[in-house]
Amino acid sequence: MNFWENPIGFIGEAIADLMRSLHIGPEVINFVITLLSVVVVASFGLLLVIFLIWLERKVAARFQDRIGPNRAGPYGLLQTFADMVKLITKEDSIPEKADKLSFNIAPILSVVAVLLIWAVVPFAPAWIGTDLNVGVLYIAAVGSFGILSILMAGWSSNNKYALLGAFRAVAQLISYEVPMLITLLVPVLLARSMGMNDMVRDQSTWFIVLAPLAGIIFLVSSIAEIGRTPFDLIEAESEIVAGYHTEYTGMKFGLFFAAEFLHAFTVGVLFALLFLGGWRGPGAEQYQLLGVFYLMAKASIGYFIVMWVRSTLPRIRIDHMLALNWKFLTPASLAILIITAILEKAYGETSARIPALLIGNLAVVLVSWLVLRAASRKTKRERVTFKKRPVAKPA
Amino acid sequence: MQPIQLVFLFAAALILWAAFMMVTRSNLVHAALFLIVALFGVAVFFVLLEAGFLAVLQVLVYIGAIAILMIFAVMLTRGDVIEEEIVNRGFGWALMLAALFCFGLIILVGQWPGVNEAAPRIVESRDLIQELGVQMFAPEGYVLPVEVASVLLLGAIIGALVVARPQKKEK
Repeated sequence: MNFWENPIGFIGEAIADLMRSLHIGPEVINFVITLLSVVVVASFGLLLVIFLIWLERKVAARFQDRIGPNRAGPYGLLQTFADMVKLITKEDSIPEKADKLSFNIAPILSVVAVLLIWAVVPFAPAWIGTDLNVGVLYIAAVGSFGILSILMAGWSSNNKYALLGAFRAVAQLISYEVPMLITLLVPVLLARSMGMNDMVRDQSTWFIVLAPLAGIIFLVSSIAEIGRTPFDLIEAESEIVAGYHTEYTGMKFGLFFAAEFLHAFTVGVLFALLFLGGWRGPGAEQYQLLGVFYLMAKASIGYFIVMWVRSTLPRIRIDHMLALNWKFLTPASLAILIITAILEKAYGETSARIPALLIGNLAVVLVSWLVLRAASRKTKRERVTFKKRPVAKPA
Repeated sequence: MQPIQLVFLFAAALILWAAFMMVTRSNLVHAALFLIVALFGVAVFFVLLEAGFLAVLQVLVYIGAIAILMIFAVMLTRGDVIEEEIVNRGFGWALMLAALFCFGLIILVGQWPGVNEAAPRIVESRDLIQELGVQMFAPEGYVLPVEVASVLLLGAIIGALVVARPQKKEK
């Protein structure tokens, strides 16, 4: 095995050889290697967060016509390290009537829930934690730990704002899971597999070309799943202080913070895997590191859109948030799923696959646009601008 | 001892401990959280049996949906869920029933001839999931029970919608 073609596999082989020379059983070697790869993937995710926080602050600053962090280190690169030291040295306060155990477990669970997704991410053709045959379903399943952590944090804090945040979170996250899971089924249909690596291998034409609408709906409902602006009702600071993490201080708050940033990037990674062809690119099959580079570059596209939306749009009202989900995203995603299934069955093996699916998507866009226009004409909106209002005048 | 056996023992101990904690807690939210730990332990069992699909469904359905709904219901319906005393003490009956079921299961499983044989290794799990799908939806398979169950669920959803629908205002 050549080092440059597969450095991690090369090092893994070297460690296995070393243990074999020490007469350790193959079962134990397998276990140790698995354990080591878990540590590598998890550490990669957690180290990435440090960079992501700096990146997001820098990008958000540019959107707001500022410079952003620029004091600690070149281009402010060391800013996050300074923040980490600050968070770790801060006082760790637990409310007197809090539920201690759940209060302390919740932040850890929120990070774990995101890191668990990385177990099925194929970074490169040969680099995947575990190539589950139900990878997509697994992603949906571990997402529920995130909801659980928010519920635990909100309830155990024994604070009404935290509890309100947790209630909002459950209403929002469980609702937006519906269109997200339905649109996840579209790539599954197209690839005829639920395994993540199979899905990437099948994308000789990227799925964003075959199912653009499913990609957009997936991204929108994923932003809601992270709980970022415009869907940040979970921690809306102008309404409920800081939502579910109101009572958290120091590094425990830092863990929620890190989980959110990592989740945002993970959404970019999933978008890249499901719709932008994952690690596919020239030379990726041979040189694994190139595959990682392609995946990260593609993931940055999704992540950039998430940051862009975050720094552009204001917060959406809670009834609008639920209406958008149940009255628009869910029916639209169901329509796309049915249309994709029919067209894929009819034209899946022929050369008419791409145009047929594109026309199907276009039809859904057209119908939903017509429906939305009809609905917007029906609803009466109060015009506030033309109303006569009392104005203070000089006497 | 192989590492996989250690994992099995750890998961088994976790399930037993969590189940015991669940039935002895007086705080309902704590009981629900321990139930989640126990259900997660069962998911680990499924993974050890190479039934990845069932493991994922266990997490998705029992932890993701049922347990969270339970916690939500408990948190919403009772203002003060922290009670000093356990309200209904039915330990004796529950213990008897549980023991009866446990011994019944042990006897039933003991009669099965394959109980002492090593499990056959599953070669290609990728085909298994396709096989499962074909079995569930093929006309000669289990399509009728699946469809009946889905109609039942649809009925439940419509029923919930009718119940939750706001009553029209009286004029």
